[in-house]
Amino acid sequence: MPTVSMNVNGEAVSGEVEARTLLVQFLREQLRLTGTHVGCDTSQCGACVVHVNGVSAKSCTMLAVQCADAEVTTIEGLADGDDLHPMQEAFRDNHGLQCGFCTPGMIMSALDLARRNSTPSEQEVRDWLEGNICRCTGYHNIVKSIMAGARAMAAVRGG
Amino acid sequence: MHNFTYHAANSVADAAAKVADGEDAVLMAGGMTLLPTLKQRLAQPSDIIDLAGVAGLSGIRVEGGTVTVGAMTTHDTVANSSEVAAAIPALAAVAGHIGDPQVRNRGTIGGSIANNDPAADYPAALVGLGATVCTNRREIAAGDFFTSMFETALDEGEIVTSVRFPAPETAAYMKFPNPASRYAIVGVFVARTTGGSVRVAVTGAAGCVYRETAMETALEGDFSPAALDGMTASADDLNEDIHASAEYRAHLVGVMARRAVAACG
Ligand SMILES: Cc1cc2nc3c(=O)[nH]c(=O)nc-3n(C[C@H](O)[C@H](O)[C@H](O)COP(=O)(O)OP(=O)(O)OC[C@H]3O[C@@H](n4cnc5c(N)ncnc54)[C@H](O)[C@@H]3O)c2cc1C
Ligand code: FES
Ligand code: FES
Repeated sequence: MPTVSMNVNGEAVSGEVEARTLLVQFLREQLRLTGTHVGCDTSQCGACVVHVNGVSAKSCTMLAVQCADAEVTTIEGLADGDDLHPMQEAFRDNHGLQCGFCTPGMIMSALDLARRNSTPSEQEVRDWLEGNICRCTGYHNIVKSIMAGARAMAAVRGG
Repeated sequence: MHNFTYHAANSVADAAAKVADGEDAVLMAGGMTLLPTLKQRLAQPSDIIDLAGVAGLSGIRVEGGTVTVGAMTTHDTVANSSEVAAAIPALAAVAGHIGDPQVRNRGTIGGSIANNDPAADYPAALVGLGATVCTNRREIAAGDFFTSMFETALDEGEIVTSVRFPAPETAAYMKFPNPASRYAIVGVFVARTTGGSVRVAVTGAAGCVYRETAMETALEGDFSPAALDGMTASADDLNEDIHASAEYRAHLVGVMARRAVAACG
C-alpha cells in the first residue's frame, strides 16, 4: 500500500493508505479528526470542506495520495487552545448553526472567501455558499456569521 | 470505488509513457469528474496518472491578441485572472460561473474539455471563440474537438496541454443554470470578431456543443438582440429530461442568445 505524508493542522503525519482512500477517510478514520463530515459523498454538500495548501476543497472528492506533501487544515486546526477562531466566534455569536453538521464545512469554506474578500456583501456570501448545503438554518444566520467573521478577521489583522 | 494504482507524473512525456504502460490507465486533472465517476463504478481503471505535478501545464499567457490557458489551470485561476479579464472578459465570466467555489478551486480546463459533458460551460466558450486545443501530439480546432456526448477528437492516451483563444472584438456568455448543480440547462456563447464574423455556440441543449448558424447569419447582418426576434432553435434532437423539455430548451436557446448579444453591448 502507498504511504502518504502530509502536514495536517501544522503537524507532520503519514500513514499507509490504499490509492482509492479519500482524503476525508484518511482524516476521519486514520487520524481520527472527525470534525470534517461526510454529508453526501457526491461533491454536492460541502460538509467535508477542508483547506489544501490554503485553498478550500471537498475532501470527499480528493484522494489522500493527491495530498502528498500538502498542507491540510481542518476545522480542528482553527482554534488557538480554548480561544476560538474569529470565524468560529462569529458563528456562535450570530447563531449560525443549529444541529452543526454542516458547520465545519461552512466555516472552512467561509475562510476561503474571507481570504479573498474581507468585506463580502450578503450577495457575495450567498453566491460563495453555492457548494455548502445546510438543512437546518435557512442560511440567514450563516450569511450573517460569515459577514461578521470576515470583518472580525480583518480587524484582527489590522490591529 | 474499485482500487487502482496511483502514479504522479512529473512531465508530459512521463504521463504519456505511464498512460501507455497501464492496462487501462486514465489521466487525472483535479478529479472533479473522474472521482465521482469512479465512486459510481462507471469506470474501473487499472491505473490513474495524476497530472498535478507536471510542470508547465498550468498558467495563463497573453500575447498580442491571444490568450493561452494551460490544461491544468483551474477554473478559479481563469475566473480571477486580471489578464483574462482584460483580454477576454467573457472567458473569465464563464470560468467564474462553473459549479461552486470548491469545484472551481480544483476543476481544470483540460479536464472539462476532455470530459465534454453536454452541459459543461467551457465547450461553448471554445467553440464560440474559435479556440485551438493543443495536445502533446497536435493542434485541434475547437470545432473539430467536441465530437459527441462525452466524446472528443482525442486519441487514446493523448494529453491536452493548453487551449489557445483569439481575443474577439466582443463576446458574452449567458447560462440558464440547473439550480442544483449549476451545469447549463442551456448556455449560449456569442462572439464577434474584429472582421465582423459572428459565432453562436450552444451548450446544454443538445448531446454536444453546436453552432446556431442561422442566428450567426442574422447577427452578421445586424448585431443586435432584435435581429434574433422570433428565432428559436429547432427542438429536434435537443435534450429532454426532468429539468426541461426539448421545446423549452429550444426556447431558451433564443432567449439566452438575445441576452448574450445584449450583454456584448
Ligand atoms: C458539484 C459539481 C458541479 C459542477 N458544475 C459544473 C458547471 O456548472 N459547469 C461545468 O462546466 N462543469 C461543472 N462541473 C465539472 C467541473 O467543471 C470539472 O472541472 C470538470 O468536470 C473536470 O474536472 P477535472 O478538471 O478535475 O478533471 P478530471 O475529473 O480529473 O478528469 C476528467 C476527464 O478528463 C480527462 N483529462 C483530464 N485532464 C486531461 C488532459 N490534460 N488531457 C486529456 N485528458 C484529460 C480525465 O482522464 C477524465 O476522463 C461540476 C462538477 C461538480 C463536482
Ligand atoms: S461530503 Fe463532500 S461534498 Fe458532501
Ligand atoms: S446546522 Fe444543521 S445542517 Fe446546517
